[in-house]
Amino acid sequence: MRLVCPVCGERDRREFYYQGAALAQPEGEEWGPHWDDYLHNRDNPAGVTRDMWQHEQGCGAWLIVTRDTVSHTVLRCDLAVGARA
Amino acid sequence: MRLSGLRVLREGLTGNKGWQAHWRDATPKSDYDVVIIGGGGHGLSTAYYLAKKHGITNVAVLEKGYLGGGNVGRNTTIVRANYFLPGNSEFYSHSLKLWEGLEEDLNYNVMHSQRGQIVLFHSDGQRDAAARRGNAMRNQGDDAELLSVAELERMVPYLDYDQARFPIYGGLLQRRAGTARHDAVAWGYARGASDRGVDLIQNCEVTGIDIENGRVRGVQTTRGAIRARKLAIVVAGRSSQVAAMAGIRLPIESHVLQAFVTEGLKPCIDHVISFGMGHFYISQSDKGGLVFGGDLDMYASYAARGNLPLVEHVMEAGMTLMPMIGNARVLRSWGGIMDMSPDGSPVMDHAGIDGLYLNCGWCYGGFKAVPGSGDAMAHLIATDRPHPAATGFRLDRFATGRGLMDEEGTGAQHNLH
Repeated sequence: MRLVCPVCGERDRREFYYQGAALAQPEGEEWGPHWDDYLHNRDNPAGVTRDMWQHEQGCGAWLIVTRDTVSHTVLRCDLAVGARA
Repeated sequence: MRLSGLRVLREGLTGNKGWQAHWRDATPKSDYDVVIIGGGGHGLSTAYYLAKKHGITNVAVLEKGYLGGGNVGRNTTIVRANYFLPGNSEFYSHSLKLWEGLEEDLNYNVMHSQRGQIVLFHSDGQRDAAARRGNAMRNQGDDAELLSVAELERMVPYLDYDQARFPIYGGLLQRRAGTARHDAVAWGYARGASDRGVDLIQNCEVTGIDIENGRVRGVQTTRGAIRARKLAIVVAGRSSQVAAMAGIRLPIESHVLQAFVTEGLKPCIDHVISFGMGHFYISQSDKGGLVFGGDLDMYASYAARGNLPLVEHVMEAGMTLMPMIGNARVLRSWGGIMDMSPDGSPVMDHAGIDGLYLNCGWCYGGFKAVPGSGDAMAHLIATDRPHPAATGFRLDRFATGRGLMDEEGTGAQHNLH
């Protein structure tokens, strides 16, 4: 699998660190079901998903990658900065 | 049909004409006391123990493909009970005890081989951790021995002891650990369940779960609607999809774990050897193939096949540990889909809907759990109480933070296991 870093171009999967599903962080700091949901529960789709990767061994940018979990096809790589998770 | 060595001999002398199918390929009835979704190791063993221990035989196991075609047929067959934390420790201990009586119990040769598992360590700190884990295992009533380098060198002379990156300081041995013939485990449980009246229904995919007023009523399937008083979701690898049919969002992320096998070789590796620092473990199958694997590919996937970087990583680790295997040719590789939970431990619990039960999140440890999971799941379904050996596998531990079972000590977070 190769990801296209918007800054550096197409790079080997080994340059990237996988964080997990791209989710919007809840507002506020009080523990509740919304934080449990954010930290633990996942849609975990068999198909198109959006997840967070970091170009750790490249420019260091955080990316939101849209890809297919069944075929491993990478559909989009966007900078996480400015994007709404 | 009772199986025995004498029977094998007689059949061999009479042209093998007397064998029958080991289980009935049933067609679905309209109504069952218990429906189990998933005809893998855990689903089949659940059905078996429901029938055998609890006398509940009006049971169907629904499998969307063929019996034992999922992870129970795609793993590296290791059976062990070397867990550290309460919750896991007593459960895997219980499961190993069931393994030890399994062939007698099932009247089926599952080729359970207690050849011993050696977990290597590579620093003073790791030796302390191994000693502590070994003590925890012995406190649980299981066996563990701390091996020095001299003892290891006698047992496994072919390791590279002086490698610069991970010099070997010793190993933690569990002699009762080992391997089993994975397919035979599924077949043995299938036969035992079928003989007791359980309907094993293949090519029957569940497409919907019927819930009325907070109570399970049954399932919609590709072979029609089936009513059920109790329903168990036992589909590790696809848990999120099936649970979603009941409106449940699980703390599960699916990952691919690869495994490899070489051409058949004469016996050379007598134990299961785990090289955690290199992400590599290996054993030799009874056919002679070296069966080995490493870590997850580390991104969510349902592809049941992995990527090349991990293949390279596993091969490098293997060559670092035991350079002799470099002459063996890899025959094939494959990937299984792991239900990864945030703390790396499973879930076996009520689903919060009357009559619905969950069995999921086995991460990369499902095979050795097959007997224990079936026994405990059957107990949960039959009595509505958790089995004494499986009280820790609660679904709510993530929400409350109480009773997390994070064996690796990395934190209960998805990308850390």
